[in-house]
Amino acid sequence: MAEKSLSGYRRANGQVGIRNYVVILPVDDLSNAVCEAVARTIPGTLALPHAYGRLQYGEDLELTFRTLAGTGANPNVAAVVVIGIEPNWTNRIVEQIAQTGKLVAGFSIERFGDLKTLAAAARVAQQFLQDASALQREPIERNELIISIKCGESDTTTGLGSCPTVAQAVDRHVQSGGTVIFGETSELTGGEHLIAARCANDDVRARFQAMYNDYIDEIISSGANLLGSQPTQGNIRGGLSTIEEKALGNIAKTGTVPIVGALAPAVAPEQKGLNFMDSSSAAAEFITLMGAAGAVLHLFPTGQGNIIGNPIVPVIKITANPLTARTMSEHIDLDVSGLLWREYNLREAGDRLMATIDRTINGRLTCAEALGHREFVLTKLYRSA
Amino acid sequence: MSQTDERIRAPESAPGFLIHNEGDHVAVAVQDNEPGELQAVYMDSDRVLRVRASEAIPLGHKLALVDLEEGAQVIEYGVPIGLTRRAIRAGELVHIHNIRSARWQKSL
Repeated sequence: MAEKSLSGYRRANGQVGIRNYVVILPVDDLSNAVCEAVARTIPGTLALPHAYGRLQYGEDLELTFRTLAGTGANPNVAAVVVIGIEPNWTNRIVEQIAQTGKLVAGFSIERFGDLKTLAAAARVAQQFLQDASALQREPIERNELIISIKCGESDTTTGLGSCPTVAQAVDRHVQSGGTVIFGETSELTGGEHLIAARCANDDVRARFQAMYNDYIDEIISSGANLLGSQPTQGNIRGGLSTIEEKALGNIAKTGTVPIVGALAPAVAPEQKGLNFMDSSSAAAEFITLMGAAGAVLHLFPTGQGNIIGNPIVPVIKITANPLTARTMSEHIDLDVSGLLWREYNLREAGDRLMATIDRTINGRLTCAEALGHREFVLTKLYRSA
Repeated sequence: MSQTDERIRAPESAPGFLIHNEGDHVAVAVQDNEPGELQAVYMDSDRVLRVRASEAIPLGHKLALVDLEEGAQVIEYGVPIGLTRRAIRAGELVHIHNIRSARWQKSL
């Protein structure tokens, strides 16, 4: 059944979230340990350890900053404690998050060590957690939410069932005034002309085409043989034979609405409607970028059973593969395998997905949340200095 | 301990295959199909046809609906999804052993 009304957390800058996390955010790999110590000391806060943040430069460094600051700024996050090895880069992240008007504080480890940093940061984290716990859910409108979409461990059932079901939700969300982000640049290969044709104007089309060409040129210039990587071993086991076939299933989830924006990685959409983001198709990297761009909910069609989650963005898994639905049921939020057997039609499957989305918005945990899947992975553009 | 694959039994009313678009060269198995005559349904037109599988076509795998020459384009979703590596007869399994990407030439 559809929820009677939707509720969420309206932040100081007007953006709307559906979760209420207090995040302990490391600026760099060195600061993971103390961030995790803070989260252990103040249970209920959430550390986001990651592997990078040192000796990066240029666009690669900018993307890391944008991803970390964007994650802190995400409306599913109520407050953030930022910890880095030194104060300069730490403050840079703090200042960007502070622009949202939410609670944020920064700590650096040099000249204090882990233990003094832990004591100071935990004290602030406690205060933030108590303050965040006092925030109330309030009525929200659907069009205030940014939803991201990406499929994984795809097979042919993805193109037949779970992606067209997500397309129903994409069209309905956009038609009600909401925002959706898709991406997976290289996995559009074979259907990129279909995406280009749906761009709302020549400017968006040119931006999309340039992003696509750059990504493919990079893959080709590596000289690598992608056989067995793309399609993946799981894709092939599930019946997908070529990148083109995989791409067409992938594109089936983007619905029919026009594409109004072509975004650089981890950049928040400026326009409501369906936006493309230049991005990897690796699930953890992708959803991390989406969270940094402000997505508060992710729809994830899967064929063979990708089990991805994200620490701050609830991930809803949809499968049309009856074997996956049965053998991996703890990971599957919505089973639409009846589509394959013509037991119901796409509109009905879309209704079921909308009901699942609405329950998740209102606070029901997804399978990935309940199982503790918190994959947080930064996209690295090139090797560090 | 080894993992063994479970099998799925579809309801009696279920088709053996779905086909994305009229004009496609392949049908996708929606259950584990044994060789023989089976029902396929077009998703765009709801048209039903009988097809003959000359070999087993497991769930998610593709059946050739027409004869295809070596090097021919293979159409699914109404769009080329690759090229045949060798001649394929209607009723045969279509997968990486007999088709390849037309786009990522390094991945032949």
